[in-house]
Amino acid sequence: MMLNSSELMQIIPFLVLGTGIVISLLIEMYSSKSDAILPWLTIALLIYVAVHSINEVGSNDLLFGGMLAVGGKSSIFNFLFAVGGALVSLGAIDYIKKYGANFGEFYVLVQSSILGMMFMSGARDILVVFLGLELMSICFYVLVGINRKKINANEASMKYFLLGAFATGFIVYGVALVFGTAQTMRIGEILVNFSSLSGNILFMTGFILLIVGFAFKIAAFPFHMWVPDVYTGSSTAVTGLMSTGGKAAAFSVLLVLLGAVFTQEIENTFMPLFAGLAVLSMLYGSIVAIAQNNLKRMLAYSSISHAGYMLIGLAAGNLESVTGIMFYLVIYVFMNIGAFGIIAIIEGPNDDRVDLNSYAGLHQKNPVLALFMALFMLALAGLPPLAGFFGKYYVFIAAIESDLTWLAIVGVFSSVISVYFYLRVIVYMYFKESEVDFNVNISPTGLMTVVICGLLLIVYGLFPGSLLGLIASVVN
Amino acid sequence: MNLEILLFSVFALVSAVSAVMTITRKTPVISAIFLILNFFSLAGLYLLLNAQFIAVVQVIVYAGAIMVLFLFVIMLLNSAAESKIFSDNRVIQYFAVFIAVFVFAQLAYLIFFQHPGEVINPQLAESIKAGTIENIGRQLYTEYLIPFEIAGFLLLAATIGAMVIAKKKFE
Repeated sequence: MMLNSSELMQIIPFLVLGTGIVISLLIEMYSSKSDAILPWLTIALLIYVAVHSINEVGSNDLLFGGMLAVGGKSSIFNFLFAVGGALVSLGAIDYIKKYGANFGEFYVLVQSSILGMMFMSGARDILVVFLGLELMSICFYVLVGINRKKINANEASMKYFLLGAFATGFIVYGVALVFGTAQTMRIGEILVNFSSLSGNILFMTGFILLIVGFAFKIAAFPFHMWVPDVYTGSSTAVTGLMSTGGKAAAFSVLLVLLGAVFTQEIENTFMPLFAGLAVLSMLYGSIVAIAQNNLKRMLAYSSISHAGYMLIGLAAGNLESVTGIMFYLVIYVFMNIGAFGIIAIIEGPNDDRVDLNSYAGLHQKNPVLALFMALFMLALAGLPPLAGFFGKYYVFIAAIESDLTWLAIVGVFSSVISVYFYLRVIVYMYFKESEVDFNVNISPTGLMTVVICGLLLIVYGLFPGSLLGLIASVVN
Repeated sequence: MNLEILLFSVFALVSAVSAVMTITRKTPVISAIFLILNFFSLAGLYLLLNAQFIAVVQVIVYAGAIMVLFLFVIMLLNSAAESKIFSDNRVIQYFAVFIAVFVFAQLAYLIFFQHPGEVINPQLAESIKAGTIENIGRQLYTEYLIPFEIAGFLLLAATIGAMVIAKKKFE
């Protein structure tokens, strides 16, 4: 295989971000003004990547001998990662100063993790999937524990690292078995021979181990143990990135791995597995979140239940469900980054003011923040006309089309439970007197993140058609 | 007697003797040094098999990086208590003997009864070429270019991460 320049032209977003990482490192080393330059450089790079990716949605190419795909679904995912990364970086500018981790490396690692996610969504070879996943995860392990003076962050980083390494072990063992039986790493070739391979118990074990490894990364129920502690212990900006980008990247790989299932070329043998994971994640996340007082911890459990709703789509296994999952992921990224953005603004310098009591009477202290927080909570609960409703709606529709009405009913039931704890935040903000006395220091950039996320949720809630049409055109 | 057989005998003898010395020495540091000798002679054996890349990696990774790790662990841990483990606990000793015999039996069975040589023979010419550094380099820079570059970024991110967590100065 010879490298040609047209292939290089098609991976320009990867090249730009990769060069950006190296340049950012040099700026951090040599410039005294790196504090002021790096965040904006990161945001500019990511916006460029996002614009470039969304422009090439129409193309659909396999590069480098079938290892990397550009255009189509991976373009939409790359757009999502880049926009999410840019929003998180914007919100982090003031937050990491308050948190005591105002290092240039923060932005370098954010860029690297986005690069890893982009490789994951574009990968059509298990080797590339694995390396992208590790690039993303290693950046997250470090970002979680970036301030080594915080005990909570150290604990979270260690737990995330150990359980992440455990999940990696599952994935590597799965890769070994799949490679040994299929004798190829190309996902396309594996899927073509899937029906003949599926009789092989070693192959199926390997494939299920792969799914289990990714279930860790999307925080589905039996593999969720790390989620509450890690989301609570790490800095809020990083939690925002981890809970959205990491989950979306893992789902992008699952959508590729199960690609032939969605086009009905192979039978959905994994339906019981995904349905089980979905039911357990939804109910467990929603029920345990009720008991949480710490808002970050509550959102961690809500993230488990959201993983459950998306898993309904995988259980349904048709093209509508791919559209539904991707739409849900886009909306989920904006909802969660927005909600964590507000938590980052309210949070005090010593990990305080993250419990519900701090939000009591927020309406009087800062009506704008309270309004947007209410918006995000309603969107997460899935109430129309906000975009969160349509995210769930399309996934449930896909389930009903695959004769999984019971699964959709469980999903609706779990949503009803979850309304309780999302509304509780609103009740605290609007109908309770302030108990903790503090001044809200609004950071302009943090507010910008929140406002952008909030407006996008309203726009996509009122006019879901354009985004949905784009995703559906790519999926079909 | 040609040179190849002579070199093989030397390397094989050195690796066998140094392996025995590694497990019989009382002082852990001396054991570790014999282990390094063992790694080097194994690298020589790989070279004789025309597996140049594995030979180099054996020296850089095992004799270099992993041995440093071993030596650090030996220096950090209290090795005096180590020698008492065997004398205090007979079961471990029996277990160790069992494992050694089991692995040895496995290898002997493979070599004398499974005839692995016959399986490899048909593609001998190609398999000899596969292990050369030129071949591995060509594969890495053409077919596996993308994974190779991602691995580069992975190592960069891990290095930055280690420096941030361990060494970053706070104002």
